Amino acid sequence: MLFDKFQTMADFQAELAEREVVPFGAVTEQLLSATEGIVEGHKVILAGTNNYMGLSFDPRCIAAAQEAAAKWGTGTTGSRLANGSFAEHQALEREIAEFYGVNHAIVFSTGYAATMGMCATLAGPGDVILLDADSHASIYSGVKLSEADIIRYKHNDPEDLAKRMRRLGDRAGQALIIAEGIYSMLGDVAPLQEIAAVKREYGGYLLVDEAHSMGVLGDSGRGAAQAAGVEADVDFTVGTFSKSLGSIGGFCVSPHSELEAIRFCIKAYIFTASSSPSVIASTREALRIITREPERRQRVWDNANRLYEGLKALGLPVGPTASPVVAVEMVDRSRTIDCWKALMEAGVYVNLVIPPASPSTNFLLRNSVSAAHSSEQIDRIISAYAGLKEAGLFEPAQAA
Amino acid sequence: MTDYQEYLGFLYSALASQNKKNIELTESTHLVADIGLSSLEVMEFIEKIEDHFDISIPLNILPDVNTIGELAVKVRELNP
Repeated sequence: MLFDKFQTMADFQAELAEREVVPFGAVTEQLLSATEGIVEGHKVILAGTNNYMGLSFDPRCIAAAQEAAAKWGTGTTGSRLANGSFAEHQALEREIAEFYGVNHAIVFSTGYAATMGMCATLAGPGDVILLDADSHASIYSGVKLSEADIIRYKHNDPEDLAKRMRRLGDRAGQALIIAEGIYSMLGDVAPLQEIAAVKREYGGYLLVDEAHSMGVLGDSGRGAAQAAGVEADVDFTVGTFSKSLGSIGGFCVSPHSELEAIRFCIKAYIFTASSSPSVIASTREALRIITREPERRQRVWDNANRLYEGLKALGLPVGPTASPVVAVEMVDRSRTIDCWKALMEAGVYVNLVIPPASPSTNFLLRNSVSAAHSSEQIDRIISAYAGLKEAGLFEPAQAA
Repeated sequence: MTDYQEYLGFLYSALASQNKKNIELTESTHLVADIGLSSLEVMEFIEKIEDHFDISIPLNILPDVNTIGELAVKVRELNP
């Protein structure tokens, strides 16, 4: 049967419905601010939105979007290669290239399209791609479409990458190495200094996905490569507008002039409508704001450290270092669902993550913090977890 | 080039610790359907092969590999 392969998911959905839990696709009925809303009937602090700079309700971004909608209409109704290239799109491409200090940029309609499109197009049959084992689904989808040879290296393990580059022999010089700045599920940062050193030793090209690190890392918010001081080794930077910039869309920037030819070969760019002018306008404004207001970066890190230390003090199994993504790893699916539900009832929305979206067989209560969270909100999130612990919802091994 | 039988021999010994059902391993034994390897166990097994022969096995060839015999053929191709 065509539908047999979906039965496991259908069973899981039925189990969730029976337990009256809606962790996936929970409906936000009202947004009260960038950090508070009413979700599935609960008034909650939003601690799972990736809204790192807290700009989704910034009045300047809203005004820019409104003005653009009035001037350009609600949508472009066409591809960038046909009628969908407005002056706004071109301006954003100039500005995002300038932000990264390079000359070439492509703006995509979503972050997924940017990453998937670049990975699918840069390498082709006969080429080889080396990707981190914990890469995002958009990277896995893209490399599969590329028809290149796909080799995984161990997560955040430059030695394993080096070993695999050595094994490639002459092919290493043409290989495409892919890493992410901050990994989206556990919030760990890629060792880009060491990865760049492998590239310098063996050759190849380096693509870094800064989706979760743009705005958050680096002196001017360019991401993990800037923080590591290895931007000169990065051939392609991809990222998204839907996190730190509070809108939707994606980009690729590069010092290589060939990006202009590559643009016309990316199906995810050609065969889809371009972003609405209002989206582009708010993104441009948000980019200006994160450049002018570096204190937002400090605030998101203050909040990240506060949440991380708070959860760690409770004895919860969080990652090795603080990051704007703070994930609590759980072993048991049923307990994780109970915890998610209890957090909602305690007024905190977080992301429930199940394999294969999590990088191992573990389940995650994934929290992400924003510069817009107040210290008091962070403390309320920590208190909610403390309540769960007191109620015995964590297994002893998980809250040891 | 190492002989096909030698590849098979190595695969049988490398699988011994993961053969929890203790079934007889042959060329036509399915790695997933017969031995019951999980996706994580498949990757651990692949890594064992990679390190032994000092090769990398591209992910894109795995969909065509179901049995121990098919894997032996692929590993031989990758290790000229």
